[in-house]
Amino acid sequence: MNKQDNIILKVENLSKVFAIKPEPIEALTDINLEIYAGEIFGIIGLSGAGKSTLIRCLNLLEKPTSGRVFFKGRDLSSLPKSELLELRQSMGMIFQSFNLFQQRSAIENICYPLEIAKVPREQRLARARELLELVGLPDRETATPSELSGGQQQRVAIARALATSPSVLLCDEATSALDPSTTDSILALLKQINRDLGVTIVLITHEMSVVERICDRVAVIDRSRIVEVGSVTDLFVHPQSAIARQLVFPGGELVERLTGDAALRIVFDGESSFEPVLANMVLACQAPVNILSADSKNIEGRAYGQMLIQLPDDPAAQRRIREYLNSRKITFTEEIWNDNA
Amino acid sequence: MTTLELLQLLGQGLLETLYMTLISTFLSYLIGLPLGMILTVTDKKGLRPNRAINLALGFVINMLRSVPFLILAVAIIPFTRWIVGTSIGSTATIVPLVVAAAPYVARMIESSLREVDAGVIEAARSMGSSDRQVLFKVMVPEAKPSLLVGATIATTTILGYSAMAGFMAGGGLGTIAINYGYHRYNTEIMLYTVALLIIVVQVMQEAGLHLTRRLDRRRRAE
Repeated sequence: MNKQDNIILKVENLSKVFAIKPEPIEALTDINLEIYAGEIFGIIGLSGAGKSTLIRCLNLLEKPTSGRVFFKGRDLSSLPKSELLELRQSMGMIFQSFNLFQQRSAIENICYPLEIAKVPREQRLARARELLELVGLPDRETATPSELSGGQQQRVAIARALATSPSVLLCDEATSALDPSTTDSILALLKQINRDLGVTIVLITHEMSVVERICDRVAVIDRSRIVEVGSVTDLFVHPQSAIARQLVFPGGELVERLTGDAALRIVFDGESSFEPVLANMVLACQAPVNILSADSKNIEGRAYGQMLIQLPDDPAAQRRIREYLNSRKITFTEEIWNDNA
Repeated sequence: MTTLELLQLLGQGLLETLYMTLISTFLSYLIGLPLGMILTVTDKKGLRPNRAINLALGFVINMLRSVPFLILAVAIIPFTRWIVGTSIGSTATIVPLVVAAAPYVARMIESSLREVDAGVIEAARSMGSSDRQVLFKVMVPEAKPSLLVGATIATTTILGYSAMAGFMAGGGLGTIAINYGYHRYNTEIMLYTVALLIIVVQVMQEAGLHLTRRLDRRRRAE
């Protein structure tokens, strides 16, 4: 499958500056992205990194200061307003705070985009019922948002965003206001929608757990710039940027506060993680190591783990450990002290 | 004065007061509603920001609102005469009532529409709504409870203004209170009119709130 031929969204040299007094804020700097049809693409960053602005540039809710956004090859910023409004019906969007119409019932909320699209009433209702079924709320038709739980409200919002059968669904921190188990069920629903309806999903989040659960590829955004783009597996195994390392392996922060000679970050690639690698290594090398932090994750059904170990001061012991890891084909990277910038 | 005459007098006054209040409220909304919408839409954070229109309209509204009602009513007597042909009686009073209340209504509409959650408006825009659809299909319906509370307050305020107009022979309960209570020292009749005014305000207030509660689809946590 050649995904490159199938770019649904493309961002080219995009920048966004907010003209705020006294000093303008550069929210996005020279962003380039390609999002393929049918994938779940994550954009992860800390708050204030610019990810909210970026996702709003994709449907032009925010006008880029410079640069272009292409949707199915069409340059959005060159479209007249009426065509842009029509095109937004092919891009659904859901939000952290759900943003349902409070004075409309669940089914009336889902009907709204169809009213805008001038779909006749009977068809609107039929389509809305179909969607309530899809999101698992067939019996809550007449409930108003205030009568629904957060998870149920997000389900209605998803149904509403899908009403006009969009090819892209933009998710703005869609699970950040939900508790962990509700988050899981909403993510499962998004994955199901992606798989069964073929809807391309672009989501922004500050939580690595969201990315690892459902994303195919991910972009890391830091201080208004994209610092890394790649498959989720690559990001976990070989995070390139300091911010990605921090997101993947929050324990890494500890390193900054420690002093010592050398530390290694050992990456378990899903094959060796069930072996007692560390114990074997200590026995084989006859050298003690200090575990600074450890974490393992289940990504795409395979186990991945990372461990940060501090090596003994003895250079010979350090060499034995590196040789041992190499001989066992275990991926590791040297962690350099005080280099988290 | 017999009891029957008294009842007739008060009944007539009550009808005139209701007539002035309701017609004035209606006309104030006819003018104030679009003005309030223009204020909201042209606001810096509105759908179509327009500083010039917003500032000019805001200035006129603030000016009218800062003139005390009785002074405004006297000042625009020529205008009232030009419209109704006279400056006394309940129909003539409707003119200054509307001039005073329309700007007030515009501000209330503006504040109600402004309360609509920006996220909800953004969601509507993400679905391809035009500015007009955002205003009429989202903002106005979403602001409905607040608009109804505003209408209740506006109606009772206009009722109060209409009673003030009694000082210039504006008709209704206000005129009765002034004529009997103030000019003829007949405290009894004045108290009756005050009691009637209190009852009317209470009824309107309760009816307005009841309607708001019935039409608001948000359920409060119980």
